[in-house]
Amino acid sequence: MTRRVVITGAGTVNPLGHDVPQTWAAMRAGRCAIGPLEGLRDLERLSVRIGAQVTGFDPAAHFPRQILPLLDRATQFALVAAREAMAQAGFAPEGEAQTRAGVIMGTAGGGNTTVDDAYRTVYEAGRDRVHPFTVPRLMHNAAASQIAMAFGLRGPGLTVSTACASSNHAMALAVQMIRGGAADVIVTGGAEAMLCFGGLKAWEGLRVMSTDGCRPFCRTRNGLVQGEGAAVLVFEAEDHASARGAEALAEVAGVGMSSDAGDIVAPTRDGPVRAMRAALADAGLAPEAIGYVNAHGTGTRSNDVTEAEALHEALGAHAARVPVSSSKSMHGHLIGATGAVELLACLLALREGVIAPTVNLVEPDPACAIDPVAGTALRADVQAALSNAFAFGGLNAVLALRRA
Amino acid sequence: MTQDRAIADTVIAIIAEQAVRDPAQIAPADSLQELGIDSMGVVECIFAIEETFDVTVPFNANNPEAGSFDISTVGSVIAEVEKLVAEQRS
Repeated sequence: MTRRVVITGAGTVNPLGHDVPQTWAAMRAGRCAIGPLEGLRDLERLSVRIGAQVTGFDPAAHFPRQILPLLDRATQFALVAAREAMAQAGFAPEGEAQTRAGVIMGTAGGGNTTVDDAYRTVYEAGRDRVHPFTVPRLMHNAAASQIAMAFGLRGPGLTVSTACASSNHAMALAVQMIRGGAADVIVTGGAEAMLCFGGLKAWEGLRVMSTDGCRPFCRTRNGLVQGEGAAVLVFEAEDHASARGAEALAEVAGVGMSSDAGDIVAPTRDGPVRAMRAALADAGLAPEAIGYVNAHGTGTRSNDVTEAEALHEALGAHAARVPVSSSKSMHGHLIGATGAVELLACLLALREGVIAPTVNLVEPDPACAIDPVAGTALRADVQAALSNAFAFGGLNAVLALRRA
Repeated sequence: MTQDRAIADTVIAIIAEQAVRDPAQIAPADSLQELGIDSMGVVECIFAIEETFDVTVPFNANNPEAGSFDISTVGSVIAEVEKLVAEQRS
């Protein structure tokens, strides 16, 4: 009998809020956190000057002076999110139990801001030394390692980097690792902080960024808007959670992964279809059982059309009825952390019966034949949900959640 | 006139490099698509044009048709670059 995997804790720092309750409140209200970028060096040299920033976040309020120089902004978000998740899970392993608990985080850019700062120091300022902690700050596994150290997670620990699908892949691996018996608990999710000059310049180059807003599934959409932040979930074997009396927030019933093996940036329909079908099959769910889909929904021309078509192929006639929203319209595209934050929207649907809306959608695109939950949140009795992530590079990961 | 010829030749050289063809084989009426240049190739062409002529090209890959920069043919790209260079000089 395969072990079932449940979520026993959730935490976040993202543009919509510094914890899960604030984030849920913003999603219920359809509040958009996208606006003019502030406080960036060389902002005037950027052609894209909007984003979804985490505001009012004071690192010194969360970390002592001795620790802070070791933490990139992405890792700071991850650790604060992990504290909230672990507190909710009520999980503080000791002794041998620590070896049965692990961490798998997703990130696309790792310590991108640290890299940006270090390059400025050596190339722009012409200095011959950088901060001594540059490497432990910038490495992609920094957040995973810091979380392991903070909570004594001495089992498997690693980072997954698959661009925009990083955190969904991380969470999918967490499920499989628990099912496979390598751990009882995996702390998982994603963290990203690429809203720096170098990070944004690289994205500008691809010419897929909007300069006026993120409007997934809207006829007027013109690109994605970047966000930053983290979300961390405690994934736990159901038997382990019930033995210690922990409440299950939802079950991670199935995961599906696929590669397009097509184009390095343009999506295919086939890859996402296979990932969605695999997640449903893994969960033992019929398409009709799905009451909500949190779409990848980036707001680019090609993603949204391809995703709508893929939904029709994977879900059949149910695709025209099931509510499909992109919460990226509110919190932006958190790249490697986006799937983890979007899982919070799925928890909101499963636990509170509230489907987060796709905001700023002024004119539904007839080429996207789905119900995009435009403008305001929807009340619905959701028993199961899908969360999609389709990365540049054609790597797809879909999670199927079921009400616990 | 010599100035414009120079612009046209440079644009053709940029496009020819993306199309992996001899510049002599590129005609103004050719569409970029016919030359085998995909959307990523277009983005690279525009980058090369911006760097070579020190101009900013208004182009969003999400809706190429909505921008004011006409990329339908080699000739249209040349005309657009000539406009941008003229604007920059004035």
